Amino acid sequence: MKVHKLEKIILITGGATLLLFLSVLFLQNMKFGHQHHAQSSIKTIDPKKVDTTAPFTAPGLKKVEKKEWDYELVMVASVFQYAPAEVEIPVGAKVKIIATSKDVVHGLEVAGTNINVMLEPGLITEKITTFRKKGEYLVLCNEYCGNGHHYMSGILKVVDA
Amino acid sequence: MKIVQKQDGKLVEFHLFIAFFALAIGGFAGLLQVFVKTGKIVLPFNISYYQVLTVHGVLLALVFTTFFIFGFMLAAVSRTAGAFSEKTRLLAWIGFGLMLAGTLMAAWMILMNKATVLYTFYAPLQAHAIFYIGLALFFIGTWLEGLAIIFHYAAWKKTYKNMLSPLLTFMAVVNTIMWIIASFGVAGSIIFQLIPWSLGWHATVNVALSRTLFWYFGHPLVYFWLLSAYMAWYVIIPKVIGWKLYSDCLARLAFLLFLIFSIPVGFHHQLMEPGISHNWKFIQVILTFVVIIPSLMTAFSMFATFESFARYKKDAELFSWFKHLPWGDARFVVPFIGMLFFIPGGAGGIINASSQMNAVVHNTTWITGHFHLTISTTVALTFFGVSYWLIGHLTGRTLTKKINQLAIVQGMLWAIGMTIMSGSMHIAGLLGAPRRTAFTDYGGAAQAKKWIGYQLAQAIGGSILFISILLVLFIVIYLAFFAKKGVQEFPVAKLDREDEKPLLLLENWFLWIGITLFVIVFAYAIPLYSMIQHPSPGSSGYQLW
Repeated sequence: MKVHKLEKIILITGGATLLLFLSVLFLQNMKFGHQHHAQSSIKTIDPKKVDTTAPFTAPGLKKVEKKEWDYELVMVASVFQYAPAEVEIPVGAKVKIIATSKDVVHGLEVAGTNINVMLEPGLITEKITTFRKKGEYLVLCNEYCGNGHHYMSGILKVVDA
Repeated sequence: MKIVQKQDGKLVEFHLFIAFFALAIGGFAGLLQVFVKTGKIVLPFNISYYQVLTVHGVLLALVFTTFFIFGFMLAAVSRTAGAFSEKTRLLAWIGFGLMLAGTLMAAWMILMNKATVLYTFYAPLQAHAIFYIGLALFFIGTWLEGLAIIFHYAAWKKTYKNMLSPLLTFMAVVNTIMWIIASFGVAGSIIFQLIPWSLGWHATVNVALSRTLFWYFGHPLVYFWLLSAYMAWYVIIPKVIGWKLYSDCLARLAFLLFLIFSIPVGFHHQLMEPGISHNWKFIQVILTFVVIIPSLMTAFSMFATFESFARYKKDAELFSWFKHLPWGDARFVVPFIGMLFFIPGGAGGIINASSQMNAVVHNTTWITGHFHLTISTTVALTFFGVSYWLIGHLTGRTLTKKINQLAIVQGMLWAIGMTIMSGSMHIAGLLGAPRRTAFTDYGGAAQAKKWIGYQLAQAIGGSILFISILLVLFIVIYLAFFAKKGVQEFPVAKLDREDEKPLLLLENWFLWIGITLFVIVFAYAIPLYSMIQHPSPGSSGYQLW
């Protein structure tokens, strides 16, 4: 088989593009790894017993000591609401979000930010993030969960520490 | 001039009829959706947005595409490898019957509002069992049609030993093999998880497993659409412009790379979810990026074809060769618009698959905007461009001058409507607007105010697209029943030279299917094993619509 010179050029360009993109992703993955990996947690939970399983017995923001993060935000999603529906977070705080669903698949998106994860019944979703900008953020469900899906939202206020 | 054999043609016509019927209803559903999302129109009779969305997704993403593609592939194989035998044709008819029966069952449940689960039917939302049984029959039907193509190909290979099969037939076989390997995943989930669960035989379902099996199928599904379009790009378009095949080897190699790398990549749809370790996600992101190579090979091939053709016409200027392309021929212009839209479409795809950037766009209307460029423009316009000669070829009617002009207008309208609709979906998505969501202002939230205006723009773009769909339907009906009788060519480009020695390695299926299965096992075996061995507690079903 004879490979034409131009064909060779496009094959090499394709390969080089691929390597470039992948190395950017790889470096980012190394640098911000722990934040992005958190949502890949493989912790399980019985969706029927969420209310009686720690830490979901008391949803809300809690200060924690001697951890990589300052606060833990425990959230429970169910049709068509979040508990807590409203939460205040001090600006600059490093927060680990720990969340799950009691029924169907829901999304947990803080609109206009890169907090955007899936909540699935039976699994616990975790994400570490720092709230750097003050303001009132809209929390919304971005996975279809039934007829009230578009009413499923909450408020996250980042306030003075 | 070679004409598709009459009985094969009938089979193809039935496929196209179902496909365009689905386009009509699915397109109308799309129009209703963009209207609802303006917030100024409410659907009558309490019809829910999500039911209409289910109709739109199922009819366009599954029914329109699959029926069109199998029809097109059967036509391409019959045209290039000869008419089907009685037996293989019967097998394809049985497959078609099952696909149709399954589609009707699923459609019936959707219309009864017993399956408002969208076209992804994510558990634990639970549709009526008939919906899932219909889906299973649909997939079994596609396998029978796929087997008909493979048997016909095998018979050709027996007759013509030591020869490479015709390129279009080869491409149809690659696409069929990919479809069968990929749809085993979703069909397995439907047959072994969702049907027993919806009938009440199993109390709960493993949600993570069903999602993973869905996306094991869901990404190769988009390549199943694209490769069908690429069949037309590589082999048919060069002939339409009056030129030859650029390279037979390059085309085959690209298709084989797509076969290998389209399947083990489903996790890039699941980057934001728990239950899959980040290492496996990253490995599948790497595999996803490998398709950049055959994609660039395809882009190269197209432009090399166009440029070499125009330069042959003795225009050696750097860019002016461009004007020698047949800009008055709808069979070229309509798919060409599709090719142009694949440039932003493909770039968007690379963004979506980049794990970190995915966090910004995941499940926002950015994604909806993205696949309305790829499937709903690149692929759909290619399919329309194919229909504009294929239908006449089958019915013995010709693409007349006036209809040709109208078809070009159709393509232009599509380009305008989609630029507006998909563009505003992309922007709204970056601002955070969620996809698959009825009109809402979230109680007047400030962030939502930023994207609601773009929903008005989507309605304008969507309305233009609907007019374009009406034109497609008019042209298709005209070509099928009313156009001037005559012979419409089925264009197939050939190499101008025969290669000294055919590279038979390109059709060594043990090798290529072997590599494909090996990469799939590498990418999926361990995460799937742990999902099954250490399952998360199961979920009971919910009907929340």
